[in-house]
Amino acid sequence: MNSRIGGIDAAGNYPQHWRRPPFISSPWLRYGLACGAVLYLIVGIGSVEINWTRVWDGLPRGWAFVYGFLAPDFFSRGEDIRAGILESLTMTLTSTVVGILISVPIGVGAARNLAPPLVYGVCRSIIAISRSFQEVIIAILFVAMVGFGPLAGFLTLAFATIGFLSKLLAEDIEEIEESQAEAIRATGAGWLQLVNYAIQPQVMPRLIGLSLYRLDINFRESAVIGIVGAGGIGATLNTAIDRYEFDSAAAILIIIIAIVLVAEYSSGVIRKWVQ
Amino acid sequence: MLSLTALTKRYKTGDLALKEVSLEIPEGEVVGLIGPSGSGKSTLIRCINRLVEPSSGSVRLKGLELTGLNRTELRRARRRMGMIFQEYALVERLTVMENVLSGQLGYVGFWRSFWRRFPPEAVAQAFATLDRVGLAEHVDKRADALSGGQRQRVGISRALLQNPDLLLIDEPTASLDPKTSRQIMRLIVEVCAERRLAAIINIHDVALAQLFVRRIVGLRQGEVVYDGPPNGLDAEVLTEIYGVEDWSATIGKGHDQEERPETAQPEKVVKERLAGVR
Repeated sequence: MNSRIGGIDAAGNYPQHWRRPPFISSPWLRYGLACGAVLYLIVGIGSVEINWTRVWDGLPRGWAFVYGFLAPDFFSRGEDIRAGILESLTMTLTSTVVGILISVPIGVGAARNLAPPLVYGVCRSIIAISRSFQEVIIAILFVAMVGFGPLAGFLTLAFATIGFLSKLLAEDIEEIEESQAEAIRATGAGWLQLVNYAIQPQVMPRLIGLSLYRLDINFRESAVIGIVGAGGIGATLNTAIDRYEFDSAAAILIIIIAIVLVAEYSSGVIRKWVQ
Repeated sequence: MLSLTALTKRYKTGDLALKEVSLEIPEGEVVGLIGPSGSGKSTLIRCINRLVEPSSGSVRLKGLELTGLNRTELRRARRRMGMIFQEYALVERLTVMENVLSGQLGYVGFWRSFWRRFPPEAVAQAFATLDRVGLAEHVDKRADALSGGQRQRVGISRALLQNPDLLLIDEPTASLDPKTSRQIMRLIVEVCAERRLAAIINIHDVALAQLFVRRIVGLRQGEVVYDGPPNGLDAEVLTEIYGVEDWSATIGKGHDQEERPETAQPEKVVKERLAGVR
Protein backbone atom coordinates (compact mmCIF):
# COMPACT_ATOMS: atom_id res chain seq x y z
CA MET A 1 0.00 0.00 0.00
CA ASN A 2 1.14 3.48 -0.76
CA SER A 3 0.89 6.06 1.92
CA ARG A 4 -1.73 8.51 0.74
CA ILE A 5 -2.02 12.19 1.55
CA GLY A 6 -5.22 13.69 0.21
CA GLY A 7 -5.72 10.71 -2.09
CA ILE A 8 -2.36 11.05 -3.82
CA ASP A 9 -0.13 7.95 -3.92
CA ALA A 10 3.63 7.95 -3.53
CA ALA A 11 4.15 8.49 -7.26
CA GLY A 12 2.05 11.66 -7.13
CA ASN A 13 -0.96 10.27 -9.02
CA TYR A 14 -4.56 10.69 -7.98
CA PRO A 15 -6.55 7.46 -7.50
CA GLN A 16 -8.79 6.46 -10.40
CA HIS A 17 -11.31 4.54 -8.33
CA TRP A 18 -13.85 5.85 -5.93
CA ARG A 19 -16.77 4.11 -4.28
CA ARG A 20 -19.62 5.60 -2.32
CA PRO A 21 -19.13 4.92 1.41
CA PRO A 22 -21.69 2.28 2.53
CA PHE A 23 -24.70 3.37 4.61
CA ILE A 24 -23.79 0.89 7.37
CA SER A 25 -20.04 0.93 7.75
CA SER A 26 -19.55 -2.35 9.66
CA PRO A 27 -19.65 -5.25 7.14
CA TRP A 28 -20.73 -7.70 9.86
CA LEU A 29 -23.77 -5.64 10.71
CA ARG A 30 -24.49 -4.92 7.06
CA TYR A 31 -24.51 -8.52 5.85
CA GLY A 32 -25.99 -9.75 9.13
CA LEU A 33 -29.04 -7.52 8.71
CA ALA A 34 -29.47 -8.56 5.08
CA CYS A 35 -29.27 -12.28 5.94
CA GLY A 36 -31.69 -11.83 8.83
CA ALA A 37 -34.24 -10.11 6.59
CA VAL A 38 -34.08 -12.85 3.94
CA LEU A 39 -34.38 -15.57 6.60
CA TYR A 40 -37.40 -13.87 8.16
CA LEU A 41 -39.08 -13.63 4.78
CA ILE A 42 -38.56 -17.36 4.09
CA VAL A 43 -39.84 -18.40 7.53
CA GLY A 44 -42.77 -15.98 7.22
CA ILE A 45 -43.89 -17.31 3.84
CA GLY A 46 -43.45 -20.87 5.09
CA SER A 47 -45.76 -20.23 8.04
CA VAL A 48 -48.74 -19.22 5.89
CA GLU A 49 -51.15 -22.16 5.72
CA ILE A 50 -52.97 -22.53 2.44
CA ASN A 51 -55.98 -24.80 2.22
CA TRP A 52 -55.89 -25.71 -1.46
CA THR A 53 -59.21 -27.55 -1.47
CA ARG A 54 -60.89 -24.45 -0.03
CA VAL A 55 -59.27 -22.31 -2.69
CA TRP A 56 -60.55 -24.74 -5.35
CA ASP A 57 -64.07 -24.56 -3.91
CA GLY A 58 -63.94 -20.78 -3.80
CA LEU A 59 -62.92 -20.35 -7.42
CA PRO A 60 -66.44 -20.59 -8.89
CA ARG A 61 -67.68 -18.10 -6.29
CA GLY A 62 -64.88 -15.72 -7.23
CA TRP A 63 -65.81 -16.26 -10.87
CA ALA A 64 -69.46 -15.44 -10.08
CA PHE A 65 -68.25 -12.19 -8.55
CA VAL A 66 -66.16 -11.33 -11.59
CA TYR A 67 -69.07 -12.34 -13.83
CA GLY A 68 -71.30 -10.00 -11.83
CA PHE A 69 -68.94 -7.18 -12.77
CA LEU A 70 -69.31 -8.04 -16.43
CA ALA A 71 -73.07 -7.87 -16.06
CA PRO A 72 -73.76 -5.39 -13.25
CA ASP A 73 -77.40 -5.11 -12.27
CA PHE A 74 -78.32 -1.55 -11.40
CA PHE A 75 -82.08 -2.11 -11.37
CA SER A 76 -83.39 -5.07 -9.37
CA ARG A 77 -82.12 -3.42 -6.18
CA GLY A 78 -82.18 0.04 -7.73
CA GLU A 79 -84.22 1.64 -4.98
CA ASP A 80 -81.95 0.27 -2.20
CA ILE A 81 -78.85 1.38 -4.05
CA ARG A 82 -80.19 4.87 -4.65
CA ALA A 83 -81.14 5.27 -0.99
CA GLY A 84 -77.79 3.89 0.15
CA ILE A 85 -75.77 6.20 -2.10
CA LEU A 86 -77.79 9.22 -1.01
CA GLU A 87 -77.32 8.30 2.63
CA SER A 88 -73.59 7.86 2.11
CA LEU A 89 -73.23 11.17 0.31
CA THR A 90 -75.19 12.98 3.01
CA MET A 91 -73.12 11.33 5.72
CA THR A 92 -69.89 12.17 3.89
CA LEU A 93 -70.65 15.81 3.28
CA THR A 94 -72.06 16.61 6.73
CA SER A 95 -69.32 14.76 8.58
CA THR A 96 -66.60 16.42 6.52
CA VAL A 97 -68.00 19.92 7.07
CA VAL A 98 -68.46 19.38 10.81
CA GLY A 99 -65.06 17.72 11.01
CA ILE A 100 -63.37 20.68 9.31
CA LEU A 101 -65.12 23.18 11.57
CA ILE A 102 -63.83 21.35 14.63
CA SER A 103 -60.39 20.62 13.17
CA VAL A 104 -59.43 24.20 12.39
CA PRO A 105 -59.32 25.46 16.01
CA ILE A 106 -57.70 22.21 17.16
CA GLY A 107 -55.15 22.43 14.38
CA VAL A 108 -54.29 26.02 15.31
CA GLY A 109 -53.99 24.95 18.95
CA ALA A 110 -51.70 22.09 17.99
CA ALA A 111 -49.23 24.33 16.16
CA ARG A 112 -46.20 24.88 18.36
CA ASN A 113 -45.47 28.35 17.01
CA LEU A 114 -48.95 29.68 17.78
CA ALA A 115 -50.23 27.99 20.91
CA PRO A 116 -49.04 28.14 24.51
CA PRO A 117 -47.67 24.80 25.81
CA LEU A 118 -50.81 23.80 27.72
CA VAL A 119 -53.18 24.29 24.78
CA TYR A 120 -50.64 22.59 22.55
CA GLY A 121 -50.60 19.52 24.80
CA VAL A 122 -54.40 19.25 24.96
CA CYS A 123 -54.85 19.63 21.20
CA ARG A 124 -52.09 17.16 20.39
CA SER A 125 -53.74 14.62 22.74
CA ILE A 126 -57.09 14.99 21.00
CA ILE A 127 -55.36 14.39 17.68
CA ALA A 128 -53.51 11.36 19.03
CA ILE A 129 -56.73 9.80 20.35
CA SER A 130 -58.57 10.42 17.10
CA ARG A 131 -55.76 8.98 15.03
CA SER A 132 -55.07 5.90 17.12
CA PHE A 133 -58.35 4.18 16.20
CA GLN A 134 -59.23 2.90 12.77
CA GLU A 135 -62.59 4.07 11.41
CA VAL A 136 -64.17 0.62 11.66
CA ILE A 137 -63.41 0.39 15.37
CA ILE A 138 -64.82 3.85 16.04
CA ALA A 139 -67.87 2.91 13.97
CA ILE A 140 -68.49 -0.20 16.08
CA LEU A 141 -68.24 1.96 19.20
CA PHE A 142 -70.68 4.57 17.88
CA VAL A 143 -73.10 1.90 16.61
CA ALA A 144 -73.12 0.50 20.15
CA MET A 145 -73.73 4.00 21.51
CA VAL A 146 -76.35 5.44 19.13
CA GLY A 147 -77.64 2.34 17.36
CA PHE A 148 -77.52 1.25 13.71
CA GLY A 149 -77.84 3.85 11.01
CA PRO A 150 -76.25 6.90 9.45
CA LEU A 151 -75.92 8.88 12.70
CA ALA A 152 -73.24 6.44 13.86
CA GLY A 153 -71.55 6.80 10.48
CA PHE A 154 -71.69 10.59 10.65
CA LEU A 155 -70.13 10.62 14.12
CA THR A 156 -67.42 8.16 13.06
CA LEU A 157 -66.37 10.10 9.99
CA ALA A 158 -66.46 13.47 11.75
CA PHE A 159 -64.28 12.07 14.54
CA ALA A 160 -61.79 10.56 12.12
CA THR A 161 -61.68 13.80 10.11
CA ILE A 162 -60.57 15.74 13.20
CA GLY A 163 -57.48 13.61 13.72
CA PHE A 164 -56.49 13.73 10.08
CA LEU A 165 -57.11 17.38 9.32
CA SER A 166 -55.94 18.94 12.60
CA LYS A 167 -52.64 17.12 12.46
CA LEU A 168 -51.84 18.08 8.89
CA LEU A 169 -53.05 21.65 9.42
CA ALA A 170 -50.91 22.01 12.55
CA GLU A 171 -47.86 20.76 10.69
CA ASP A 172 -48.57 23.17 7.87
CA ILE A 173 -48.86 26.08 10.30
CA GLU A 174 -45.57 25.10 11.88
CA GLU A 175 -43.90 25.35 8.48
CA ILE A 176 -45.14 28.79 7.50
CA GLU A 177 -42.75 31.52 6.53
CA GLU A 178 -42.04 33.05 9.90
CA SER A 179 -40.99 36.41 8.46
CA GLN A 180 -44.52 37.14 7.25
CA ALA A 181 -45.90 36.48 10.72
CA GLU A 182 -43.17 38.63 12.24
CA ALA A 183 -44.05 41.52 9.95
CA ILE A 184 -47.72 41.35 10.92
CA ARG A 185 -46.81 41.13 14.59
CA ALA A 186 -44.59 44.19 14.24
CA THR A 187 -47.59 46.27 13.14
CA GLY A 188 -49.19 45.83 16.56
CA ALA A 189 -51.71 43.26 15.34
CA GLY A 190 -53.52 41.09 17.88
CA TRP A 191 -53.39 37.30 17.96
CA LEU A 192 -56.56 36.77 15.92
CA GLN A 193 -55.42 39.35 13.38
CA LEU A 194 -52.08 37.57 13.18
CA VAL A 195 -53.85 34.30 12.40
CA ASN A 196 -56.15 35.96 9.89
CA TYR A 197 -53.50 38.01 8.07
CA ALA A 198 -50.26 36.05 8.33
CA ILE A 199 -51.20 32.41 8.90
CA GLN A 200 -54.45 31.90 7.02
CA PRO A 201 -53.24 33.14 3.63
CA GLN A 202 -50.25 30.84 3.86
CA VAL A 203 -52.11 27.66 4.80
CA MET A 204 -55.45 28.17 3.04
CA PRO A 205 -54.66 26.45 -0.28
CA ARG A 206 -53.40 23.39 1.51
CA LEU A 207 -56.32 23.39 3.94
CA ILE A 208 -58.73 23.41 1.00
CA GLY A 209 -56.76 20.64 -0.72
CA LEU A 210 -56.73 18.51 2.42
CA SER A 211 -60.44 19.06 3.01
CA LEU A 212 -61.28 17.87 -0.50
CA TYR A 213 -59.01 14.89 -0.04
CA ARG A 214 -60.73 14.10 3.25
CA LEU A 215 -64.14 14.36 1.55
CA ASP A 216 -62.92 11.71 -0.84
CA ILE A 217 -61.63 9.49 1.97
CA ASN A 218 -64.83 9.90 3.96
CA PHE A 219 -66.92 8.71 1.03
CA ARG A 220 -64.81 5.60 0.63
CA GLU A 221 -64.83 5.00 4.38
CA SER A 222 -68.61 5.38 4.45
CA ALA A 223 -68.80 2.28 2.25
CA VAL A 224 -66.62 0.36 4.72
CA ILE A 225 -68.23 1.41 7.98
CA GLY A 226 -71.66 0.62 6.55
CA ILE A 227 -70.64 -3.03 6.81
CA VAL A 228 -70.49 -2.78 10.61
CA GLY A 229 -73.90 -1.14 10.73
CA ALA A 230 -73.14 2.55 10.40
CA GLY A 231 -75.55 3.08 7.50
CA GLY A 232 -74.96 4.26 3.96
CA ILE A 233 -74.03 2.38 0.82
CA GLY A 234 -71.86 -0.03 2.83
CA ALA A 235 -74.96 -1.53 4.42
CA THR A 236 -76.54 -2.03 1.00
CA LEU A 237 -73.32 -3.55 -0.34
CA ASN A 238 -73.11 -5.90 2.64
CA THR A 239 -76.68 -7.09 2.13
CA ALA A 240 -76.09 -7.71 -1.56
CA ILE A 241 -72.98 -9.80 -0.87
CA ASP A 242 -74.73 -11.72 1.91
CA ARG A 243 -77.48 -12.67 -0.54
CA TYR A 244 -74.93 -13.67 -3.19
CA GLU A 245 -76.34 -10.95 -5.43
CA PHE A 246 -72.98 -10.25 -6.99
CA ASP A 247 -74.48 -8.38 -9.93
CA SER A 248 -76.03 -5.84 -7.56
CA ALA A 249 -72.82 -5.72 -5.50
CA ALA A 250 -70.87 -5.04 -8.68
CA ALA A 251 -73.26 -2.23 -9.58
CA ILE A 252 -72.65 -0.67 -6.16
CA LEU A 253 -68.87 -0.96 -6.48
CA ILE A 254 -68.96 0.57 -9.96
CA ILE A 255 -70.99 3.50 -8.65
CA ILE A 256 -68.52 3.98 -5.77
CA ILE A 257 -65.58 3.93 -8.18
CA ALA A 258 -67.31 6.44 -10.45
CA ILE A 259 -68.04 8.82 -7.58
CA VAL A 260 -64.46 8.57 -6.29
CA LEU A 261 -63.13 9.30 -9.79
CA VAL A 262 -65.35 12.35 -10.14
CA ALA A 263 -64.30 13.57 -6.68
CA GLU A 264 -60.64 12.99 -7.54
CA TYR A 265 -60.85 14.91 -10.79
CA SER A 266 -62.83 17.85 -9.43
CA SER A 267 -60.62 18.22 -6.36
CA GLY A 268 -57.60 18.38 -8.66
CA VAL A 269 -59.23 21.19 -10.63
CA ILE A 270 -60.21 23.09 -7.48
CA ARG A 271 -56.73 22.71 -5.97
CA LYS A 272 -55.10 24.15 -9.05
CA TRP A 273 -57.51 27.04 -8.98
CA VAL A 274 -56.92 28.06 -5.33
CA GLN A 275 -53.12 27.86 -5.48
CA MET B 1 -37.02 60.76 20.70
CA LEU B 2 -35.67 57.22 20.88
CA SER B 3 -33.14 56.48 23.53
CA LEU B 4 -31.48 53.18 24.27
CA THR B 5 -29.62 52.82 27.53
CA ALA B 6 -27.28 49.92 28.29
CA LEU B 7 -29.39 47.65 26.10
CA THR B 8 -28.15 44.06 26.44
CA LYS B 9 -29.30 40.85 24.85
CA ARG B 10 -28.06 37.42 25.77
CA TYR B 11 -29.64 34.54 23.85
CA LYS B 12 -30.61 31.32 25.58
CA THR B 13 -27.62 29.71 23.90
CA GLY B 14 -25.41 32.06 25.93
CA ASP B 15 -24.35 34.25 23.02
CA LEU B 16 -24.07 37.85 24.02
CA ALA B 17 -25.58 39.64 21.02
CA LEU B 18 -25.72 43.16 22.44
CA LYS B 19 -23.41 44.60 25.08
CA GLU B 20 -24.79 47.62 26.87
CA VAL B 21 -25.67 49.55 23.74
CA SER B 22 -26.62 53.16 24.36
CA LEU B 23 -27.93 55.38 21.56
CA GLU B 24 -29.84 58.61 21.33
CA ILE B 25 -31.82 59.33 18.17
CA PRO B 26 -33.61 62.67 17.82
CA GLU B 27 -36.78 63.22 15.85
CA GLY B 28 -36.37 63.05 12.07
CA GLU B 29 -32.86 61.60 12.12
CA VAL B 30 -31.98 58.67 9.89
CA VAL B 31 -29.22 56.47 11.24
CA GLY B 32 -27.34 53.86 9.23
CA LEU B 33 -26.36 50.87 11.34
CA ILE B 34 -23.42 48.99 9.88
CA GLY B 35 -21.43 46.02 11.03
CA PRO B 36 -20.46 42.51 9.96
CA SER B 37 -22.93 39.61 9.91
CA GLY B 38 -23.65 38.48 13.43
CA SER B 39 -22.64 41.81 14.98
CA GLY B 40 -26.12 42.25 16.46
CA LYS B 41 -27.72 44.68 13.98
CA SER B 42 -30.85 42.58 13.52
CA THR B 43 -31.05 41.89 17.22
CA LEU B 44 -30.72 45.57 18.04
CA ILE B 45 -33.67 46.74 16.00
CA ARG B 46 -35.76 43.77 17.09
CA CYS B 47 -35.04 44.55 20.73
CA ILE B 48 -36.56 48.00 20.18
CA ASN B 49 -40.02 46.72 19.20
CA ARG B 50 -39.46 43.59 21.28
CA LEU B 51 -39.79 41.02 18.54
CA VAL B 52 -36.71 39.87 20.42
CA GLU B 53 -36.96 40.34 24.17
CA PRO B 54 -33.98 42.36 25.52
CA SER B 55 -32.22 40.87 28.54
CA SER B 56 -31.59 44.17 30.29
CA GLY B 57 -31.34 47.88 29.69
CA SER B 58 -33.94 50.39 28.68
CA VAL B 59 -35.67 51.50 25.48
CA ARG B 60 -37.59 54.76 25.60
CA LEU B 61 -39.73 56.00 22.72
CA LYS B 62 -40.96 59.58 23.25
CA GLY B 63 -40.48 59.09 26.97
CA LEU B 64 -42.36 55.77 27.10
CA GLU B 65 -40.34 52.92 28.55
CA LEU B 66 -40.96 49.94 26.25
CA THR B 67 -39.18 47.17 28.12
CA GLY B 68 -41.72 46.77 30.92
CA LEU B 69 -44.92 46.94 28.86
CA ASN B 70 -47.51 44.18 29.07
CA ARG B 71 -48.97 42.61 25.92
CA THR B 72 -51.71 45.12 25.26
CA GLU B 73 -49.45 48.09 25.97
CA LEU B 74 -46.76 46.57 23.75
CA ARG B 75 -49.26 46.17 20.88
CA ARG B 76 -50.17 49.82 21.25
CA ALA B 77 -46.52 50.88 21.33
CA ARG B 78 -45.66 48.75 18.27
CA ARG B 79 -48.06 50.80 16.19
CA ARG B 80 -45.66 53.71 16.54
CA MET B 81 -42.74 51.72 15.13
CA GLY B 82 -42.93 50.72 11.49
CA MET B 83 -40.70 47.90 10.39
CA ILE B 84 -39.27 47.17 6.94
CA PHE B 85 -37.65 43.83 6.19
CA GLN B 86 -34.84 42.40 4.15
CA GLU B 87 -36.92 39.89 2.19
CA TYR B 88 -39.88 42.29 2.26
CA ALA B 89 -41.89 39.89 4.49
CA LEU B 90 -45.09 40.62 2.61
CA VAL B 91 -47.92 38.16 2.98
CA GLU B 92 -47.55 36.79 -0.50
CA ARG B 93 -51.06 35.53 -1.14
CA LEU B 94 -52.70 38.77 -0.05
CA THR B 95 -53.21 41.68 -2.40
CA VAL B 96 -51.01 44.75 -2.36
CA MET B 97 -53.83 46.69 -0.72
CA GLU B 98 -54.32 44.11 2.04
CA ASN B 99 -50.60 44.15 2.73
CA VAL B 100 -50.55 47.91 2.97
CA LEU B 101 -53.70 48.07 5.11
CA SER B 102 -52.22 45.48 7.47
CA GLY B 103 -50.15 48.42 8.75
CA GLN B 104 -53.41 49.57 10.33
CA LEU B 105 -54.08 46.32 12.19
CA GLY B 106 -53.01 47.80 15.49
CA TYR B 107 -55.66 50.50 15.16
CA VAL B 108 -58.74 48.49 14.14
CA GLY B 109 -60.67 45.71 15.81
CA PHE B 110 -60.56 42.10 14.71
CA TRP B 111 -63.89 41.95 12.89
CA ARG B 112 -63.25 45.10 10.92
CA SER B 113 -59.91 43.72 9.79
CA PHE B 114 -61.46 40.29 9.16
CA TRP B 115 -64.03 41.70 6.73
CA ARG B 116 -61.40 44.09 5.34
CA ARG B 117 -63.58 47.07 6.26
CA PHE B 118 -60.93 49.54 7.26
CA PRO B 119 -61.87 53.12 8.20
CA PRO B 120 -62.28 55.34 5.10
CA GLU B 121 -59.37 57.58 6.19
CA ALA B 122 -57.11 54.53 6.37
CA VAL B 123 -58.16 53.36 2.91
CA ALA B 124 -57.59 56.85 1.51
CA GLN B 125 -54.20 56.97 3.20
CA ALA B 126 -53.32 53.58 1.71
CA PHE B 127 -54.20 54.77 -1.80
CA ALA B 128 -52.23 57.99 -1.26
CA THR B 129 -49.20 56.10 0.06
CA LEU B 130 -49.25 53.63 -2.82
CA ASP B 131 -49.44 56.58 -5.17
CA ARG B 132 -46.50 58.21 -3.39
CA VAL B 133 -44.31 55.12 -3.80
CA GLY B 134 -45.40 54.68 -7.41
CA LEU B 135 -47.60 51.61 -7.12
CA ALA B 136 -51.02 53.16 -7.75
CA GLU B 137 -51.65 50.72 -10.57
CA HIS B 138 -50.88 47.57 -8.66
CA VAL B 139 -53.42 47.90 -5.85
CA ASP B 140 -55.30 44.69 -6.59
CA LYS B 141 -52.35 42.52 -7.58
CA ARG B 142 -51.20 39.75 -5.35
CA ALA B 143 -47.95 40.60 -3.56
CA ASP B 144 -46.14 37.64 -5.11
CA ALA B 145 -46.83 39.03 -8.58
CA LEU B 146 -44.54 42.03 -7.98
CA SER B 147 -40.82 42.51 -8.60
CA GLY B 148 -38.36 42.88 -5.71
CA GLY B 149 -38.26 46.66 -5.83
CA GLN B 150 -42.05 46.88 -6.03
CA ARG B 151 -42.41 44.51 -3.09
CA GLN B 152 -40.14 46.63 -0.97
CA ARG B 153 -42.24 49.67 -1.86
CA VAL B 154 -45.25 47.78 -0.55
CA GLY B 155 -43.24 47.01 2.58
CA ILE B 156 -42.47 50.70 3.01
CA SER B 157 -46.14 51.61 2.47
CA ARG B 158 -47.21 49.07 5.08
CA ALA B 159 -44.84 50.59 7.61
CA LEU B 160 -46.07 54.11 6.77
CA LEU B 161 -49.72 53.09 7.28
CA GLN B 162 -48.88 52.61 10.94
CA ASN B 163 -48.37 56.38 11.15
CA PRO B 164 -45.15 55.66 12.99
CA ASP B 165 -42.74 57.94 14.83
CA LEU B 166 -39.88 55.61 14.05
CA LEU B 167 -38.94 53.24 11.27
CA LEU B 168 -36.92 50.11 12.00
CA ILE B 169 -35.40 48.96 8.75
CA ASP B 170 -33.60 45.66 8.43
CA GLU B 171 -31.38 45.34 5.35
CA PRO B 172 -33.87 46.99 2.99
CA THR B 173 -31.73 46.50 -0.09
CA ALA B 174 -30.08 43.16 0.58
CA SER B 175 -32.17 41.35 -2.05
CA LEU B 176 -32.16 44.11 -4.64
CA ASP B 177 -29.96 45.07 -7.57
CA PRO B 178 -27.72 48.18 -7.25
CA LYS B 179 -30.01 50.54 -9.10
CA THR B 180 -33.17 49.45 -7.27
CA SER B 181 -31.21 49.58 -4.01
CA ARG B 182 -30.47 53.24 -4.58
CA GLN B 183 -34.08 53.99 -5.50
CA ILE B 184 -35.35 52.26 -2.39
CA MET B 185 -32.83 54.00 -0.13
CA ARG B 186 -33.71 57.34 -1.69
CA LEU B 187 -37.41 56.67 -1.17
CA ILE B 188 -36.87 55.75 2.47
CA VAL B 189 -34.82 58.85 3.17
CA GLU B 190 -37.34 61.04 1.36
CA VAL B 191 -40.41 59.74 3.18
CA CYS B 192 -38.56 60.09 6.47
CA ALA B 193 -37.84 63.72 5.64
CA GLU B 194 -41.42 64.35 4.52
CA ARG B 195 -42.86 63.01 7.75
CA ARG B 196 -40.03 63.89 10.08
CA LEU B 197 -39.57 60.22 10.92
CA ALA B 198 -36.60 58.89 12.77
CA ALA B 199 -35.20 55.68 11.31
CA ILE B 200 -32.59 53.05 11.98
CA ILE B 201 -31.42 51.34 8.80
CA ASN B 202 -29.40 48.16 9.10
CA ILE B 203 -27.23 48.00 6.05
CA HIS B 204 -24.37 45.90 4.77
CA ASP B 205 -23.41 48.16 1.96
CA VAL B 206 -21.18 50.83 3.46
CA ALA B 207 -20.97 52.89 0.28
CA LEU B 208 -24.74 52.95 -0.05
CA ALA B 209 -25.11 53.98 3.59
CA GLN B 210 -22.64 56.83 3.05
CA LEU B 211 -24.63 58.04 0.08
CA PHE B 212 -27.92 58.40 1.89
CA VAL B 213 -27.58 58.90 5.64
CA ARG B 214 -25.92 61.59 7.70
CA ARG B 215 -25.15 59.54 10.77
CA ILE B 216 -23.58 56.12 10.91
CA VAL B 217 -23.33 53.79 13.86
CA GLY B 218 -20.88 50.92 13.61
CA LEU B 219 -21.52 47.76 15.56
CA ARG B 220 -18.98 45.06 16.26
CA GLN B 221 -19.81 42.01 18.34
CA GLY B 222 -22.72 43.77 19.98
CA GLU B 223 -20.82 46.95 20.85
CA VAL B 224 -20.99 50.41 19.35
CA VAL B 225 -17.51 51.15 18.00
CA TYR B 226 -18.34 54.12 15.79
CA ASP B 227 -20.94 56.85 15.91
CA GLY B 228 -20.48 59.79 13.63
CA PRO B 229 -20.79 61.25 10.14
CA PRO B 230 -20.33 59.06 7.05
CA ASN B 231 -17.14 60.82 5.98
CA GLY B 232 -15.56 59.80 9.27
CA LEU B 233 -15.46 56.21 8.05
CA ASP B 234 -11.81 55.89 7.12
CA ALA B 235 -9.80 52.73 6.69
CA GLU B 236 -8.98 52.68 10.37
CA VAL B 237 -12.62 52.85 11.47
CA LEU B 238 -13.74 50.25 8.93
CA THR B 239 -11.00 47.93 10.11
CA GLU B 240 -12.20 48.51 13.66
CA ILE B 241 -15.74 47.52 12.65
CA TYR B 242 -15.18 44.75 10.12
CA GLY B 243 -11.58 43.65 10.55
CA VAL B 244 -8.55 44.00 8.32
CA GLU B 245 -9.25 44.40 4.60
CA ASP B 246 -8.27 46.72 1.77
CA TRP B 247 -10.85 49.49 2.16
CA SER B 248 -9.55 51.83 -0.53
CA ALA B 249 -12.45 51.13 -2.91
CA THR B 250 -15.10 51.74 -0.25
CA ILE B 251 -14.04 54.92 1.44
CA GLY B 252 -16.01 58.02 0.55
CA LYS B 253 -16.76 56.91 -2.99
CA GLY B 254 -20.16 55.35 -3.14
CA HIS B 255 -19.88 54.26 -6.75
CA ASP B 256 -20.79 50.75 -7.76
CA GLN B 257 -19.04 48.76 -5.17
CA GLU B 258 -21.57 46.20 -4.09
CA GLU B 259 -20.87 43.96 -1.20
CA ARG B 260 -23.35 41.14 -1.60
CA PRO B 261 -24.37 40.29 1.91
CA GLU B 262 -25.66 36.90 2.93
CA THR B 263 -29.40 37.13 2.64
CA ALA B 264 -30.01 34.73 5.50
CA GLN B 265 -30.30 36.23 8.92
CA PRO B 266 -28.20 34.89 11.77
CA GLU B 267 -29.74 31.62 12.82
CA LYS B 268 -30.07 32.46 16.45
CA VAL B 269 -32.40 35.35 15.75
CA VAL B 270 -34.65 33.12 13.68
CA LYS B 271 -34.75 30.43 16.36
CA GLU B 272 -35.76 32.86 19.05
CA ARG B 273 -38.54 34.24 16.92
CA LEU B 274 -39.91 30.78 16.21
CA ALA B 275 -40.18 30.19 19.93
CA GLY B 276 -42.93 32.72 20.41
CA VAL B 277 -45.30 34.11 17.84
CA ARG B 278 -47.26 36.41 20.06
